[in-house]
Amino acid sequence: MEGIIAQIFNGISLGSILLLIALGLAITFGLMNVINMAHGELIMIGAYTTYVVQTIFINYFPEGLFDWYFLFAIPAAFILAALIGLVMEVTVIRFLYGRPLDSLLATFGISLVLQQLARSIFGAPNVGVQSPELLSGAVEIFSMSFPISRIFILILVALCVGFMFYYFYKTGNGRRIRAVMQNRDMAASLGISTRKVDASTFAIGAGFAGVAGMALTLIGPIGPTLGTAYIIDAFMVVVVGGVGMLLGTVAGALGIGVFNTIFEYFTDASMGRVLIFVLIILFLQWKPNGLFSINTRKLD
Amino acid sequence: MAISILNKLRTKKGLFYLLALLLALLPLMMSNFYINLLGQFLAFAILVIGLDLLWGYTGVLSLGHGIFFGFGAYVMAIYVTIESSNGAVPDFMLWSGMSELPWMWVMLSNPFAAIALAIIAPMILAFILGFFTFRNRIKGVYFTILTQALVLVTVTLIVSQQKFTGGTDGLTNLSTIFGFSLSDPRTQTVIYFITLALLVGIFLFCYRLVNSRFGKVLVAIRDGENRLRFSGYNTSYYKILVFTISAGIAGLAGMMYVLQIGIISPSMIDIIPSIEMALWVALGGRATLLGPVLGAILVNTGTTYFSENYPDLWNYFIGLVFIIVIVFLPGGLMSLGEKISKKWRNFNAKRTNTGTFPEKNS
Repeated sequence: MEGIIAQIFNGISLGSILLLIALGLAITFGLMNVINMAHGELIMIGAYTTYVVQTIFINYFPEGLFDWYFLFAIPAAFILAALIGLVMEVTVIRFLYGRPLDSLLATFGISLVLQQLARSIFGAPNVGVQSPELLSGAVEIFSMSFPISRIFILILVALCVGFMFYYFYKTGNGRRIRAVMQNRDMAASLGISTRKVDASTFAIGAGFAGVAGMALTLIGPIGPTLGTAYIIDAFMVVVVGGVGMLLGTVAGALGIGVFNTIFEYFTDASMGRVLIFVLIILFLQWKPNGLFSINTRKLD
Repeated sequence: MAISILNKLRTKKGLFYLLALLLALLPLMMSNFYINLLGQFLAFAILVIGLDLLWGYTGVLSLGHGIFFGFGAYVMAIYVTIESSNGAVPDFMLWSGMSELPWMWVMLSNPFAAIALAIIAPMILAFILGFFTFRNRIKGVYFTILTQALVLVTVTLIVSQQKFTGGTDGLTNLSTIFGFSLSDPRTQTVIYFITLALLVGIFLFCYRLVNSRFGKVLVAIRDGENRLRFSGYNTSYYKILVFTISAGIAGLAGMMYVLQIGIISPSMIDIIPSIEMALWVALGGRATLLGPVLGAILVNTGTTYFSENYPDLWNYFIGLVFIIVIVFLPGGLMSLGEKISKKWRNFNAKRTNTGTFPEKNS
C-alpha cells in the first residue's frame, strides 16, 4: 500500500514537472500553433535567472534573508523569459504564423544562439543552485516521506494552472486572446489589435517557461542544454492533451507522468520510455486530435 | 550547338552532372584526409535527397531521419566489427558478462544480410510508424513531433542496451571490410567513389520519381491534400510509401557514412543531428533535389572548418543563418540563384527593349 502511494506520488510529481514545462507550450503551440523549439532555452533562461538572483542574495543581503530568494526568483524568471519571448516574437515568430514546421526549424536556430549565449556568459559546465532551507528536507506522513521541494513544485503548478484559467477565461485580455486564436479575421474586424495579442500571448507562454526553469533548479544542477532534455516530452503532453485546450494539457501531463512511473516501476527507465511512446501512438489511433479537441467543420 | 549544351547545363539535372563531375575530379587534388571528409559529406548528401523527397515534395517533415541513418550505420558497423575481430566477442560485450554473440549479431555476420538489412530495417521501422500515423490522418505537425519522440526513444534504448550496442561509446573497433583495411587510403578512395556513384544513382532515381505521375501526386499532397483525397486518391498510401523509400535512402547513407568515419555512437544520430539534416534541406532549397545536396556539403564543410577554429562564433553564425533562411528565404540557396538570374534577365530584357518597345507611360 505504501509502495503504491509512493509510486502515485512520484507519478504526479513527474507529471507536475511536465505540466509546468508544457503550460507555456500549451499557449504557444496549443493556441498559436507555433512549434517553439527554443522553449527549452526559455526554461534555461529562467533557471539561470534564479541562479543570478541567488548569487545576488548571497553577496548583498544578510544571511537570514537567503531563504527568501526564491520568492523574488519566480517573478524575475517570468519577466526575463517573457521579455526574451517578446523579442523573439517581434523579430522572428511573427513571420511564421501559419507555417508551423518552419517555426520549428527557425526556433531551433534561435535555440542554438541562446545556448551559445548561455555558454559565453556562464560557461559550459553546469552550475548548482542551492535549495533554500525551507524547501529542503521531507515531510513524514504515515511513515512515508515526501520531499518538500516536490510538494512545492506541485503547489506552484497548481497556482500557475489556476492563474492561467483565470486569465484566459475570466479577464478581458484572455477573452481577446481566445477570440483571436479562434477566428483571427473576425476578431480583427471587431477592433482587436491582433498583433498586440499575438505578441503578448507569446510573451506569456515564454514567461511560464521561465517559471518552469526556476522550478527545475530545485531538482538538479543547471546548464546551457537544460531545456533540451524535457522539450520533446512536453510536446508529447500537448499532442496527447489536444491542441488548444488547457484542460487537455493538464490531463495529458498527469497521464504521461503516472504511466511513465508505472512502466518504469515494472521494467526499467529506458523500456518505460519505449512503452510510453507505443502507448501514445496507440492512443492517437483512438483519438487522433488528442484527448480534448475543439470540434470544427474546418478541414485544414 | 554550344548554346544548346549551355542551356542543358542550366537545368537542375545538368547542374547536378556538373557537380558530380567536379566531385569526381576533386580527389585528384586533395589529400587523403579531405577525400575521406568529403566522402562523409556525400553520404549526408544521399540522405538529404531522400529527406527532400519526403519534405520538399510531399510536405511531410520527418525529424527522425537520424534514426534511419543510424540503423544503416549500426547494422553496417556491427558487420564490420564482427569481420574485424574474426567473429570474436567484442570487449564491451565481455565487460557486460556476455560470452557469445547475440543472435542479432550472428545474423549480421553475413555481408549480404548486413547490407540488405541496413536498408530494409529502417524501411520497416518507417513503414510501421507511417502506417500508424498517416492511416488515420494524424496532423502533419503531430507526425513531426512523433518522429522526434521516436529519435528520443531509440537513442535511449541504444544507450541502455549497452551489451548489444556499445552504449554511449557506440561501436568503435571498425578496421576491415571484405578483407580490405579501412584505414588504407586506397580503400577509402574506392569507398569515396562508391558513395559518389550511389549519390548519382539516388539523385537520378528521385529525379525520375518526382517527374513522373507519382511525383505529381506527391506535390499535390503537399499543396492540397484534401482536394486530392476528394478526387479519389488514398493519400495515406502515398505518404507511407514515400516515407518508407526516404528511410531506405537514409539507411543506405548511414551505411556509407560509417565506413568512412569509422565510428558510430548515439550522439551522432540524436535529436539535434536529425533536425540539422532538415535544415540542410531548407538551406539548399526544398523541392529541388539539387539544393539539399549543396546545402549538406556546404554546411558540413563550414562546420568542419569553422567549428575547429571559431567554435563560439560558428554557433551564433549558423543559428542566425538558419533563422534568416527559414524566415526570409523559404526557397533556400537555389531560389537565390533563380532570383538573381530573374533580375538579370529582366535587366537584359529592359536593355534590349529600350527603343524598340517604348513604355506607354513615358
